[in-house]
Amino acid sequence: MQSSLRKVFRTFVCPTRGFKSSPASCHDSLFVHRDSKEDNLDVNFEFTPENRKRADAIISIYPEGHQRAAVIPLLDLAQRQYGWLPISAMHHVADLLNMPKMRVYEVATFYTMFIRKPIGKFHVQVCTTTPCWLRGSDEIVDCIRKKIGADVGGTSKDGLFTLSEVECLGACVNAPMVQINDDYYEDLTVQDTEEILDDLKNGKKPRAGPRSGRYAAEPAGGLTSLTGEPTGPGFKVRPDL
Amino acid sequence: MLRLPFSRGLPCVRVVWSAAVRGTASNPAPEKIEVFVDDKSVLVDPGTTVLQAAAMVGVEIPRFCYHERLSVAGNCRMCLVEVEKSPKPVAACAMPVMKGWRIKTNSEMTRRAREGVMEFLLVNHPLDCPICDQGGECDLQDQSMAFGSDRSRFTDIHHSGKRAVEDKDIGPLVKTIMTRCIHCTRCIRFASEVAGVDDLGTTGRGSDMQVGTYIEKMFLSELSGNIIDLCPVGALTSKPYSFTARPWETRKTESIDVLDAVGSNIIVSTRTGEVLRILPRLNEDINEEWLADKARFAYDGLKRQRLMTPMMRNKDGELVVVDWEDALIATASALSHAQPDEIAGIAGGLVDAEALVALKDLLNRLGSENLVTETIFPMEGSGTDFRTNYLANSTIAGIEEADLVLLVGTNPRFEAPLYNSRIRKSYLHNEQNVALLGPKINLTYDYEHLGDSASDLKKLVDGSHPFSAKLKAAKRPLIVLGSQQLARSDGAAILSHVQQLAKKLSSSAEPDWKILNVLHSNASQVAALDLGYKAGTAEIRQKPLKVVYLLGADEGTISPNDLASGGVVIYQGHHGDVGASMADIVLPGAAYTEKQGTYVNTEGRAQQTLVAVTPPGLAREDWKIIRALSELAGYKLPYDTLFEIRDRLDDIAPHLTRHGEVEEASFLDQSVELSKNIASSFDSSPIDVKQKHLEDFFMTDAISRASPTMAKCVQAVLKQKQSKYYEGEV
Repeated sequence: MQSSLRKVFRTFVCPTRGFKSSPASCHDSLFVHRDSKEDNLDVNFEFTPENRKRADAIISIYPEGHQRAAVIPLLDLAQRQYGWLPISAMHHVADLLNMPKMRVYEVATFYTMFIRKPIGKFHVQVCTTTPCWLRGSDEIVDCIRKKIGADVGGTSKDGLFTLSEVECLGACVNAPMVQINDDYYEDLTVQDTEEILDDLKNGKKPRAGPRSGRYAAEPAGGLTSLTGEPTGPGFKVRPDL
Repeated sequence: MLRLPFSRGLPCVRVVWSAAVRGTASNPAPEKIEVFVDDKSVLVDPGTTVLQAAAMVGVEIPRFCYHERLSVAGNCRMCLVEVEKSPKPVAACAMPVMKGWRIKTNSEMTRRAREGVMEFLLVNHPLDCPICDQGGECDLQDQSMAFGSDRSRFTDIHHSGKRAVEDKDIGPLVKTIMTRCIHCTRCIRFASEVAGVDDLGTTGRGSDMQVGTYIEKMFLSELSGNIIDLCPVGALTSKPYSFTARPWETRKTESIDVLDAVGSNIIVSTRTGEVLRILPRLNEDINEEWLADKARFAYDGLKRQRLMTPMMRNKDGELVVVDWEDALIATASALSHAQPDEIAGIAGGLVDAEALVALKDLLNRLGSENLVTETIFPMEGSGTDFRTNYLANSTIAGIEEADLVLLVGTNPRFEAPLYNSRIRKSYLHNEQNVALLGPKINLTYDYEHLGDSASDLKKLVDGSHPFSAKLKAAKRPLIVLGSQQLARSDGAAILSHVQQLAKKLSSSAEPDWKILNVLHSNASQVAALDLGYKAGTAEIRQKPLKVVYLLGADEGTISPNDLASGGVVIYQGHHGDVGASMADIVLPGAAYTEKQGTYVNTEGRAQQTLVAVTPPGLAREDWKIIRALSELAGYKLPYDTLFEIRDRLDDIAPHLTRHGEVEEASFLDQSVELSKNIASSFDSSPIDVKQKHLEDFFMTDAISRASPTMAKCVQAVLKQKQSKYYEGEV
């Protein structure tokens, strides 16, 4: 009893100097490779002829001797072709650019937009940073979770949707928002979200952009300033000038 | 492709660039600029970094990631120093100085910057120094004592939040405890720049960043042990040495490695009469500060398969333990009962010059001239009469000055890894070009393959080979001939052609530039040839031999069948290997860590080993055994001490006692003249090398064959070759 009191006393009355450390937050993906059913060297990856042409065009941008600078666009191309980046795709890019495989692994693991494990056809990234959160991103997350039947970080059973929670995507003025593959869907309500997911599921492509009827990031209730015609030259200039 | 793996070699690039910008045709020396380090004035070249400038006035700036022999990374931030009028501290290792800078290496800002960096490093570093092998020689430990804060703000005693990283398995030599890693990337840069194996890298980012191989993979390099020395913390430690000793408990003996012909300088760490580990010792002319894995890790072979007592074969054909007295008397009587020409001495690859001269003197006194080395060298033409014929005349450091290297029938990567690392260094930094005549192998750098038949050599000599024009254009060409090719039946023709090629090139090369280099594969060959041993056992095998004295000869170049009936094989050496197993009398000698002996490396540099431990059991220093034997045989050798036998060495070949110096040799013209009469018919067999793959590197002599660590390396390499991730690199 006494000792626990003393502990409480120490904790509350005599705060220790220094910073409070919280458990280190770790990334949810591994930064070493483990062979798995979907991701191993027997998985065959090669650029399709069209992508091969694109790859050659990308490589040709870079000066002689610096072709390895094309590694990021080529990995992106590979990811677009395959959906995600298996190790054989990294090897293919390394062979194409004649660079050591480790240097490709370094790039592929550094950038979080390179996904190194199987992912659904639609990667739903919900922003939950403060502005979106204040505008109701929690409801959006809940809605998506229910809709696709998978938790954050998971993939729906039909393999269509993968849900990720991300930090600010820079569309705070249109909060809340989600990014699905390359498109931003903004000014969302729960209904909008359901509609978007339904459309995607049914093979339709929902219109990207704000859902509130706004064209872009203009004020929701119409313009509050700069409403009149722009004034011409000489506005408020002394007449004698 | 660019040769440098990264564009990280920035300071040197800057120097070149600034010189190029200012440079006119006459290229005047760039003007020195004055900077002040702690108010001490120093004149430096433009492009010098703050850290180098500070070093010039004797101020050492703490660092983790910076290493003089690697490119600059600038990521540890430990070298932050204040520069007057600069708002922020600058990273001294990467920042070139500007005119008039006042660098303050001990100011309040500098000290606080160091404290801050140190605190951040320690936040993610485990406090496991008591069980860490780096303890006592850890840069992080030392620098946190010197530059860190004197108290901790770390209050997480519940261990809830320290970063942890999983360990990697990169082979049987390097143990990894990756949680200790501070991400200095020295190992990565070493692997990529010096070793030429891009297997290591960083994966992930931020606090998830880790150093490793991403895939499970062994670090397939013959220089892998050096990353242990480079690691400033205990993340990479020696697996065979793990939990063995603390650095302050060991006695350090400066010595020479004898497992290849380079003669790397080493430090032998010992405790209680046992070799605990071997570390490289700085020698800019030979090994810089690197060491090959065989030299570093084969030391456990010194404790196994040792010959501890004299032995003699009994009538059942078994070797039984006997006294020194019996063994020496039996040896002496065998020697004195044979006719002079029926006695032969054969020297192996690990023998010191003192033992060589003692055996030669003894057999000469008995009237025998049958003294040979196991390794073959053609005796036609001028043979071994001129040292220039069998030395790496350009020296090892001289490789860096060459603009073109032609390798003939050699794989320096595994025959002499540090010779190869010099070539790689010059290939990367000095625009050196390399060509290879021999099998296609991975040398860690690009080379032009000229074919693998000896007739290509002929074409090179007569100038009809497509590569001849490049050779002729080279100002400082270098030809490296592998000693293995000399063992071919057409070895003499190969040597004479290489000599002729060297002679031919010398007309277009710079004056006094030495072209011809022979890369030997063992440490005793040069000393043996210097002392007048003949090379190769073929000649003496023809003779009716009664007594064969094997001095550490373990390559099996002679067998008991080569002897006349009733012949006696005497083996003197330190390991129970091929030689001892066929011997009738075994005299236990000392290994290179147990004697003070002179070895001459492939460039002709005499160096000496020092006694680190005493020979095990009844084993004795080799020359003393022969000296004792000579007395019993009735021809007492006139030297009783090391100084006296060194005097004798001095009489025969004075350079053998001038340790550390290269004795130049220059009789190329004469030897070419003498080699003109050699038949120049070549074998049709292609030029081949024995050590093509990494698994061939580890076990090549009696010591490394007895080493369990080397055996594990071979196993690990073979296992890695089964892996799907193996891509035929080595």
